[in-house]
Amino acid sequence: MKAISLRSRRLRGAVGVFTAGLCAGGVAGILLLILGYVIREGIGAISIGFLTQVPHPIGVPGGGVANGIVGSAIIVGIAALMAIPIGSLTGVYLTHFGRGSFCSAVRFLSDVLSGIPSIAIGLFAYTVLVAPLGHFSAFSASFAFAILMLPVIITTTENAIRGVPHEVYEAALALGVPRHSAITRIILPSARSGIITGIVLAMARVTGETAPLLFTAFGSQFWELNPNNPMAELSLQVFTYAISPYRSWHEQAWGGALILIFMVFVLNIGARVVLKPKFRS
Amino acid sequence: MADKLLTRHLSAYFGKVRALNDINMAFPENRITAIIGPSGCGKSTLVRCLNRMHEVVPGARTEGEVILDGENIYDPSVDPVGVRRRVGMVFQKPTPFPTMSIEENVAAGLKLNNVALSRAERARIVERSLRHAALWDEVKDRLNRPGISLSGGQQQRLCVARALAVEPEVLLMDEPCSALDPISTARIEELLLELKENYTIVIVTHNMQQAARTSDLTAFLNAGDLIEFGETRQIFTNPGRRETEDYITGRFG
Repeated sequence: MKAISLRSRRLRGAVGVFTAGLCAGGVAGILLLILGYVIREGIGAISIGFLTQVPHPIGVPGGGVANGIVGSAIIVGIAALMAIPIGSLTGVYLTHFGRGSFCSAVRFLSDVLSGIPSIAIGLFAYTVLVAPLGHFSAFSASFAFAILMLPVIITTTENAIRGVPHEVYEAALALGVPRHSAITRIILPSARSGIITGIVLAMARVTGETAPLLFTAFGSQFWELNPNNPMAELSLQVFTYAISPYRSWHEQAWGGALILIFMVFVLNIGARVVLKPKFRS
Repeated sequence: MADKLLTRHLSAYFGKVRALNDINMAFPENRITAIIGPSGCGKSTLVRCLNRMHEVVPGARTEGEVILDGENIYDPSVDPVGVRRRVGMVFQKPTPFPTMSIEENVAAGLKLNNVALSRAERARIVERSLRHAALWDEVKDRLNRPGISLSGGQQQRLCVARALAVEPEVLLMDEPCSALDPISTARIEELLLELKENYTIVIVTHNMQQAARTSDLTAFLNAGDLIEFGETRQIFTNPGRRETEDYITGRFG
């Protein structure tokens, strides 16, 4: 082996650290650039009216995306209600109960599911819910979103549970604690922050999804709170406005995008507040 | 001396691999029995068979009997959860429950078994257990601090206190000092001598001096076989088998 001088090693080290730092800075820079651009274009559209009114007909000035904001919350909320129990229980099963090839198969299918384009999931929801029922509905959108959330929740739950040392689980069993109590009262609380992070990630991901909504929620110009009916959704509104030929709608699309980013931001901050650890390790 | 615990033709497997071969031994009441032997000889597997923890590992199973107070704990009618309440265990690495305070850790076994306790009873049990584990004086002013905030040696004594709080009859210790410094180790060893007044103790150790210092009886295992089992003094001064002598004098293992 050729000896490398200390000077040369230091130089190489400095170059390596600088390159890595540049990449990290680049990532942060891209994010700030997107954020800055959306704020610049969208801030003008934000007003009390924009946040509290439903869209006005073309040509009538003003109007807002209030129905879209509420619609997004309803659709993502129902999706979360469906996906969280199924996803987290699957994660628990895969880590503590399932064995062998069935587990590998579930894990593999979950991975495949996470790679399926969201538009295909939307078509699936259309085929099994919209077409048989004969009408678009917010519920069918929630169904599609729930499928999109599942693999994220399953994987993060599994990893969070695996992050808790196995000895801790055995220690609980050795105290004469039944398996279900050891899992629900020792393991899951210890894995809580990881699991909630996964749920928030999944919710944030679907909040920005548009494609599956095209043939499920469909969108609406009106206040609509019944999940059985077509419903407005913010990202769908952004899409509709952005491809329209009207200048005022373009501005509203930017405003909607800004609010979408803000909603995801709030989700993340909210999770951090909830997750404030009881103890610092 | 009454035998608290007996094994009869006990064999243990991981899948197809046999880890213990036909072990027959008796653990007398209120005595400390040390299990020594080279790495991988089945020491840990043996103690884990004594409270049915072996079967928690996927693919692991046992054959033969383990008799606790005259009853075979492997009888199909026996609930392993009940066995583990009577036969407590302290592991190699300290394992405080991460989300719990010192006080909650000690009370965990009772709480998770939904034992109804008044606040005063609970405080009494926590104090008694921590005193037995020789930890009370160090933590009495910070019972609400997290268990994981303690030092390694204190965490291990916390685990002892947690195991004692459910009032087991037998205490199994699987290399409880291997992650501890000499001072903490000495504390645990003193503790063992106090605890044997009330408990039957089985300790797995890699440390020959520890076995010689603390135990009444010593079993030497090699490759899943019980090679020799007898009074500690005799095993260490006048072993009956060549392999035992080679091991304790450091010629192999």
